[in-house]
Amino acid sequence: MKISAFWVVVVAIFVGGLVLTEVVDNEYYFTALYVILQATIMAIAWNILGGFTGYVNFGSAAFFAVGAYTSIALNKSLGLPLPLLIAAAAIVCGLIGLGVGYLTLRLKGVYFAIATLAMAIVFETLITNWAYVGGARGAYILTPETFLWFKSYIQMVFIVMLMLALTAVAISRMLNSSRIGRGLAAIRDDEVAAECAGVPTLRLKLISTTVMGALMGVAGAPYPFFVTFVDPVSAFNLFIAVNAIAMPMIGGTAHWLGPVIGALLVGTTQEIITVNVSSELNILLVGIMLVLFITLAPQGIVGLWLKYWRRRKK
Amino acid sequence: MLTADLLANAVVAGILLGGFYAAVAIGLAIIFGQLDIVNIAHPAFIIVGAYTAYILNSRFGFDPVLVGVLAAPIFFIVGAGIYRIYYAAFERTGQESLSGLAFFFGVMFIIEVVLILVYGVDYRLVAARYIGSTWSLGFVDLPFRLLVPFVTAVALTAGVYAYLSRTFMGRAIQAVAQDRLALQLMGANPVSVKQWAFALGMATAAIAGSLLIIIGPVEPSVGRLYIGRAFAIVVLGGMGSIPGMFIAALILGVVESLVTTFWGPSWAPAVAFGLLLLTLAFRPSGLFGR
Repeated sequence: MKISAFWVVVVAIFVGGLVLTEVVDNEYYFTALYVILQATIMAIAWNILGGFTGYVNFGSAAFFAVGAYTSIALNKSLGLPLPLLIAAAAIVCGLIGLGVGYLTLRLKGVYFAIATLAMAIVFETLITNWAYVGGARGAYILTPETFLWFKSYIQMVFIVMLMLALTAVAISRMLNSSRIGRGLAAIRDDEVAAECAGVPTLRLKLISTTVMGALMGVAGAPYPFFVTFVDPVSAFNLFIAVNAIAMPMIGGTAHWLGPVIGALLVGTTQEIITVNVSSELNILLVGIMLVLFITLAPQGIVGLWLKYWRRRKK
Repeated sequence: MLTADLLANAVVAGILLGGFYAAVAIGLAIIFGQLDIVNIAHPAFIIVGAYTAYILNSRFGFDPVLVGVLAAPIFFIVGAGIYRIYYAAFERTGQESLSGLAFFFGVMFIIEVVLILVYGVDYRLVAARYIGSTWSLGFVDLPFRLLVPFVTAVALTAGVYAYLSRTFMGRAIQAVAQDRLALQLMGANPVSVKQWAFALGMATAAIAGSLLIIIGPVEPSVGRLYIGRAFAIVVLGGMGSIPGMFIAALILGVVESLVTTFWGPSWAPAVAFGLLLLTLAFRPSGLFGR
């Protein structure tokens, strides 16, 4: 019953997106929606490791940027189309997630967090010094001449992002409610106890980091086609990493719906503030919201809502 | 090409730089190494220290090192306050691993954005008579802009080391690092000891910040590069060992200086992080691990 309801909603949202491209002509809305969807995928990906498993990744921007630069490099060298580039970015970033996880997840959790910070700077240095993808000067991407049946290029990119975001939600939901998800929750609550109870903790943690890395790469792969110009400073922007942490933390980390709610809420607020007030203020606001939510409502919006709902039920 | 005086100059500059890195890492050696609090906002507080030195230097002409020493007590009080919040919100409820990390990340981000909003992304620097002059010993140059931070940092390291090993409070800090429960059984309050230690670590950020802006111009996002450096030094030094931390800082300084001289400065940021990843992969207990 619940499963079918979920898929009905997913299909409804996708059809809604297709209808939107037929009805709305103003390109700004698709740009704004693209940004929000991209942040949603990043938040969902971060939450698979952070919320389900309890390990903090500070290097989200690095996975995102490596996804974007995988696109640039393969598009430039082989001229691959976007769907193949997305798959390639998923593989590359998944392997990076696996590698970093394998090196550090056998140690204490904080080392993983610090290693991801380190990884972000190492990759930024590598790409800044890699002349083939533009180095510090950045790289341009030529947009395709035709855009299927859509009225404009941005609409096509938006629909691609919508499909990816819905896929990410489905993966996250599947992980959350499956056997793997219960194992991950056991690791988050008490890793030693989980290990003693026979949960294969290292293997589950590695699955978790690999999926996280792959999804972040997927979020980054279409980015060069969206902005058409990418340089290391914008691709490795700290703001991407902060958003990826803040959105699940604000939405609620334990449930798969948490990062989605957080991303839609924070993302929409950001768009409104950026347009109406200023983008600097919007960045500051995210930081303040993050700190306030962590200290005052660590369970996030989903947690607050559940608490309220349970109290009313009594 | 590789010549003897180029090599000698690179090594000497690396040692001087490494001494300064010790001042950056010493606060974290206490906060992260001894107390197990992953304060990734520490470099951001160092940047605040650098801007404090910049403001008082440009407005009143104070010497940056003097500003650092004067600002240290204020940083101490702020640090005590931050630990109070951290303890009440995360440590008491056992959420320090996820929420605590994200908390400091948020604090770091807020500091950076506020500095950008107020002062912009322009590089800021300080003026002092010794900055710019150089002391030449044969073919080796000792620039004062590196020598002054080196000497101050060595004095700071020695002072903190003596404090931790000689005084009653210093020994209490080491005790809380080793066995929190045993300290409680001795009738001491681990929370107030940790608060004192956290505040002490924060106070060193004021001095490190003033040294940072003597070495070179500073802008708000410079702090991020120092996250990796500081954590690499603390981990390589063996988590909380002050002598180990100092040697690790010198190693990092020399390696970075050699890389800058022979490969180019754009590779230097990766050195610290590469060193950190290698340490975590092959010897996570560090050179002088307990």
